[in-house]
Amino acid sequence: MGTLRDKTAIVGMGCTSFGELWDQGVADLIIDAAYECLEDASMDPGDIQAVWAGTLRSGLSGTVVADALKLRNVPITRVENHCASGHDALRNAALGVASGLYDRVMAIGYEKLKDTGFPGMGVGRGPHPTWMQHWTAPTAFGFIASRYFLANGLTVEKGREILAHIAVKNHANGSRTEKAHLRNLVSLEQVLNAPTIAWPLGLFDCCGTSDGASAAILVRGDQATQYRNDPVYVKGIGLSVDPVMPYFRAGFDYLGFDATREAARQAYDQAGIIDPREEIDLAEVHDCFTITELVNYEDLGFSPAGTGWQDVLDGTFHPEGPLPVNTDGGLKCFGHPVGASGLRMLYEIYKQLQGKAGERQIRHARKGLAHTLGGPPQVSCVVIAGNEKDRGNP
Amino acid sequence: MAGILRYGAYIPHFRLPRSDIGNAWAGRGSRGEKAVANYDEDSLTLAVEAARDCLHGWDRSEIDGLFFVSTTSPYREKQGAGLVASVLGLRSDILTADFAHCLRAGTTALELAKAYTETGRAASILVTFADTRTAHPGSPQEPWLGDGAAAFLIGKGRSGAEWDSFVSVSNDMMDIWRTQEDDFVRSWEDRWVKGRGFLDTTRAAVDRVLGESGVSARELDRAVLYAPDARSHRQLASGLDLGEKTQITDPLLDTVGVAGAAHVPLMLAYALEEARPDEAVLVAGYGDGADALLVKTTEHVSRLRGRRGVTGHLESKRRLANYDRYLWYRRLVEVQPPPALLVGSSATVLWRERKSILQLNGSRCKACGEAAFPIQRICNGCMAKDAYEEIALSESRGRLFTYTLDYLASQADPPLIQSVVDLEPGCRLYTSMTDADPADVGLEMEVEMTFRRIRKAEGFYNYFWKCRPVR
Repeated sequence: MGTLRDKTAIVGMGCTSFGELWDQGVADLIIDAAYECLEDASMDPGDIQAVWAGTLRSGLSGTVVADALKLRNVPITRVENHCASGHDALRNAALGVASGLYDRVMAIGYEKLKDTGFPGMGVGRGPHPTWMQHWTAPTAFGFIASRYFLANGLTVEKGREILAHIAVKNHANGSRTEKAHLRNLVSLEQVLNAPTIAWPLGLFDCCGTSDGASAAILVRGDQATQYRNDPVYVKGIGLSVDPVMPYFRAGFDYLGFDATREAARQAYDQAGIIDPREEIDLAEVHDCFTITELVNYEDLGFSPAGTGWQDVLDGTFHPEGPLPVNTDGGLKCFGHPVGASGLRMLYEIYKQLQGKAGERQIRHARKGLAHTLGGPPQVSCVVIAGNEKDRGNP
Repeated sequence: MAGILRYGAYIPHFRLPRSDIGNAWAGRGSRGEKAVANYDEDSLTLAVEAARDCLHGWDRSEIDGLFFVSTTSPYREKQGAGLVASVLGLRSDILTADFAHCLRAGTTALELAKAYTETGRAASILVTFADTRTAHPGSPQEPWLGDGAAAFLIGKGRSGAEWDSFVSVSNDMMDIWRTQEDDFVRSWEDRWVKGRGFLDTTRAAVDRVLGESGVSARELDRAVLYAPDARSHRQLASGLDLGEKTQITDPLLDTVGVAGAAHVPLMLAYALEEARPDEAVLVAGYGDGADALLVKTTEHVSRLRGRRGVTGHLESKRRLANYDRYLWYRRLVEVQPPPALLVGSSATVLWRERKSILQLNGSRCKACGEAAFPIQRICNGCMAKDAYEEIALSESRGRLFTYTLDYLASQADPPLIQSVVDLEPGCRLYTSMTDADPADVGLEMEVEMTFRRIRKAEGFYNYFWKCRPVR
C-alpha cells in the first residue's frame, strides 16, 4: 500500500455560514462555497479540471454542481457515503490529483436539510422497508450511551453529566465562530435539564441540523507553493466501510466503532503518526451527538479505551487543553449539513494551520485531524493535514 | 373421530376499566374491564399470537390447513389465513380459508374443520379466531366490546375434546351489523335484538343439540354460552334448566369483553383449562342465527393447553393509562400522523424476504456456526458463501442489550422503546419494544418476540416482530 502523504495540497477553501438558511437553495450554497474557495485559491471556475461532490440526498449526480456553477466539459462525480460523503469527495479528489491525471480539482460538499418539512434527519433509512423504518439518528447513537456508562462503571446521572461537559465546551467554541449555526453559550444545568430526545440523550446532546456547503481546491503537492505560500498538505486519508449494521452484529459491544478505528489506522499509517495524542495538534471529530465525540476520543487513539470520560473531566479537549477538539463548535454548534460537514471540518483545520483562525487560533498548530462517522454507523473517514511538508518529500 | 388436539389463546396486554369509559360518558358501564389491543395490533396479529400460544412445542410441518375467523380482518380483499400461515411457517400445500362477517363464524369454522379432517383430506387444521370490533364512542355497546383471540388445532389423534352433535340455526334479521362503510357496530332496538334474536335463537339451537344427543341440560358439566352482555348471559343461562352440577363458564365479560367471533372459542378454551376427562360441555354461539355443539372431554383433556392459555393471559395485564389512549389505540380519534418515514415500503421486498420479515428466521453458518439476522448469504464470521441453514427465532427469548426512549421516532405512543436484542441462538436484532412501561425497561431485561403491525405504507399493512417483556 502506498501513501497520500504530501502528494496533494489544499490551496483554497470556502465554507458558507451554516444554519436554517431559508433564503438559500442548494445552488446558492454551492455557489457561495465554491466562489469563496476559488477566490481563496486565486482561481477562476475555468481552472478546475474535475469535481467530486459529496452529498447525502441533496440531488442526484454531478449535475447539481454543473447546474449551479455552469461548469462545462468538467467531469463531476457525486460521492455518497453517509456522513463521510464530504470527506470521501476529498479523498477521491486527492486520488485524482495523485494519479497524475489532474492538476487542479475541487471537492465540494453540500446539504439542504431544511426543505423537508421536519426537524432533524427524519425517521427511517432506506432502502429496506423493515429493518430501518423507525431509525433515528439520536437512537443510532443513543444506543452507545447506556452501554458506555455501564462498561465504565458510570451511573446514568454521572454519564449524562460527562456528556454535558462536551456540549458546554462545543457551545463555547461555537460562540466564537462567526459561521456557526448555534452560537449561544449553555450551562451544565441547562444541558442536563433539557427535554429528552432519545433517552439517555437530551436536546443538547444532539447536533444542529443545518443547511450549508463547503469546498476545497486540491493541487499537486510539488506544485502547491506556486499557488500560495501557505498551502495545507494532505498527510493521509483513511476510509472504512464496515460490514453488518451494528444493530445486527452479534457481540458488538457498542463502546466505539471499528469503522473509526480502521479509518484512523489507515490515515495514521499514511501520515506516519505513531502517537496521535502527542502528534495531532487539533482535531475536528464527528460529534453528531455528545456520546459520539466521547467514543471518538478513544477510537481515534486520543484516549486509551475506557478513559475518554476522564479526559473530558480533565479538560483535555478544551481549546487551551493539550488536544483541542472541535474548536469551531463541531457538528454540535457549527451544524451538520451532512455532505458539507467533512469539508467544514477541514475548513477549520486549514484556517488553524494557516494561523487565520482569529480568536480561536490554537498556538503551534502544525497537524490537524478531521473525522467523520456515518450510517448506522458503519462508515468513517479520517483526514490528516499539515502545514509543512515532511522531510524527503519533493 | 376428529377433535381438539390443542388450543391456545391471546388476550392483549392492556385492559381498560369500564369506569374509565363511564367517566368519559357520564356513567355507563362501570363494572369490570375490557381487553384493548395495542396500537400496533390488529386481528391478524392477534390471531398469530393465539396460534403461537397453541402451537408451542408442536411440529408445525404436520398442519394441513389454516382458517382465520374474524369480522375485523384488516383487509376487505386479501386472505388473512394465508398471512397467518406464512407467519407461522406452515407448508404452502395446505388449505387456507377465511371465515368472516358473522359473530357465529367461530363455531361454524370449528365444525367445518372437524368435518374436513374427518374426510381424511387433512390430518389437522389450525383454526384461528380474532376480533377487534369497535362501537361508537359513548354508545351502550362500547364498554362490552373487547379484543381477543384463540386458536384450536383440530384433527384426528389423541384429541382431548370431541363432539358428535352440532346444530346450526340460520336467522336473518337486522339485529347487529356493519355495512361496508361502517367502522362501528350498529344495532336495532335492544329488546328485540336480545329477546327475539339472541335468546330465542340460541335457546332453539341448544334445545336441538341436546335433543339430538340425548343429553338433558341437567346432565351438563359445563355450559359455554355466548352473550352480548352480562344480563343477557344470566337470562340465557337461567332459562336452560341447567343442573346444580353444571358449571357456567365465566363469559369473560368483566375481564375481556365480547371478543366477537373469537369469543366462544376463547370461552371454550377457558372451560377446557378447568375441565376433567369425560365431561359434557355445551357450547352455544350466536350471530345471524346460532350454533350449538356438545363437546365431550377425553382422558387427554389436560394436555390440550398451549403455552399460556386464557388463564395465563388473563393474569398478565396492564392498565391502559386512560380512555384517551384507548381512543387512539383503536383509531377512534384522528391524531397527528406519524412523521413521514424516509423509507417507503415494497410489496416485492416484503415478499422476497418473507422468511426473515414474517417468520423472523435468521441464518447459521454451517462452516463456523455464527448466527445472523436477517438471513445472510455470506457469513460475517468466516465469509463462507451460501453455506447457511435457516434458524427460527420467533420463539426465542432474548436479552435487551441496549435501548433508547425515542421521542422522535413515533408520535403514536411516545416514547418508542428502540431496542437491540440478543436472541438466544446468538443473533442480534434491532427492533422496538411494545407492551412495556418505559419506566420498567432496563439493560439485560428478558424479552420475548411478538408479531405486530408496524405501519401502513404504500396502501398496505407492514408487519414485523417486536420484543416485549416476557408475559
